[in-house]
Amino acid sequence: MSAENSVFTLLSLGDKGWGDELLLGAVLTLELALVSLAVGLVLGLATAGAKISHSRVLRFLASGYTNLIRGIPEFLIILLVFFGADQLMVSITGALNYDGVIEVNKFVAGVLALSLIFGAFASEVFRGAYQAVPNGQIEAGLACGMRPSQIFWRIRMPQMWRYAIPGLGNLWMVLLKDTSLVSVIALDELLRQSNIAGETTREPFLFYMVAALIYLLLTIVSDFGRHRMELRANRGVRRAG
Amino acid sequence: MMLGFDISYFEAKYRASEAVCQIIGPATPQGFADYCPRFVQGTFTTVEILVLCCLIGLVVAVPMALARVSSNKWLSVPAYVYIYVFRGTPLLVQLFLFYYGLGQFEVLRESFLWPVLRDGWWMGVIVLSINTSAYVAEILRGGIKGVPEGQVEAGRAAGMSGMLLYRRIILPQAFRIAWPAYGNEVILMLKASALTSAITVMDLMGQTRTIFSRSYDLEIFVYAAVLYFVMAFMLTYLFRLVERRLKRHIAYP
Repeated sequence: MSAENSVFTLLSLGDKGWGDELLLGAVLTLELALVSLAVGLVLGLATAGAKISHSRVLRFLASGYTNLIRGIPEFLIILLVFFGADQLMVSITGALNYDGVIEVNKFVAGVLALSLIFGAFASEVFRGAYQAVPNGQIEAGLACGMRPSQIFWRIRMPQMWRYAIPGLGNLWMVLLKDTSLVSVIALDELLRQSNIAGETTREPFLFYMVAALIYLLLTIVSDFGRHRMELRANRGVRRAG
Repeated sequence: MMLGFDISYFEAKYRASEAVCQIIGPATPQGFADYCPRFVQGTFTTVEILVLCCLIGLVVAVPMALARVSSNKWLSVPAYVYIYVFRGTPLLVQLFLFYYGLGQFEVLRESFLWPVLRDGWWMGVIVLSINTSAYVAEILRGGIKGVPEGQVEAGRAAGMSGMLLYRRIILPQAFRIAWPAYGNEVILMLKASALTSAITVMDLMGQTRTIFSRSYDLEIFVYAAVLYFVMAFMLTYLFRLVERRLKRHIAYP
């Protein structure tokens, strides 16, 4: 291996190395995951709300959405959202007699697809957590003369997190790994940057290995963060021993 | 000889798809019927990859789970690392690493392994099997931990130890406890198998992308989604059926 092609040169920052490109990719991966997490949490809460509502229509729609997402590959959902948005744009610009081409923002398409997936699974976690809060506590709230909204914000919500955090932590890990699928619609996140680097330098093994290590690092950090959050959420719970 | 087998197998798959489409073709929408043999062939490939990977994955996962719960550090630490690494990195990265990455080494390209390593189908099966074995090992570990301590003590009191205890007392119950989670994993695998299309495998997803690149018709994705959905639904049903049978000793009459 010549100096030109040594591992350190290949991974260095600057013009000669791919280190900065990979880092930019990793940052984009994190951005993608965090934005999808935020949107997905809102979507999940709303869907969970629909699932426990009294409206039969809302319940039907919410469970239909969850079951649909659960049975379709993430890969297919991402392509469907991306090309679907693309064709929607074409028909909208066509209807408005606009001649130019509006390209679908790949980041937005990625966030849309990933948060659709996250929201479907998160709604199940939220529903389970909602029901895990003991009924006696809700009755106690009623007995104290609290309004339903007060009961929700003061009793249900703070305790829901305790039950929801392990499940949401798992979903976050899945989401983090699923961001790699967005590379197929050519968004320059970590995996695609490694693709490009590997093809250009003819060292694909090295760059995929580096990508895998970066993903692993993100997983380890997330694992640690989840552990801390679980400890914090459970600080009021006494344990034997 | 290998080649002869391959050709006749592919031909059989092709003929079967044609036959299926002769029957169901007229009842399906035009957009589907036009590409029916491709859809059906892709579905066959998806099912064959899924079945193979689940079997291989399970065979690898059992010793891995046993190593993971072993009190011997030389067994449990490597198993922990194996499980953590393959669960902690994206499957797509693993597929690329093994399929495109290994090809850069001259030694491998000239070895007897090359016909397997350069074949997307084989690498898809190998990587998916490794990946699922890590997940299943973790699920089985949960099952093993879920077996009540009293059962193990009773086994020991009856004079069982080591493998006999595992074979007769622990593993059967661990499997029963782990079964629903295993069912979920198989459905996740069905969906994950779509990623093999990224390393040139012509599974249902691969065929779908090929058809889409020709027709550019969104309908194509919807048909594929329906096929995947139906497969997932059937798997869910199958696993519930078996679950009921596994739990028949505690079921209400």
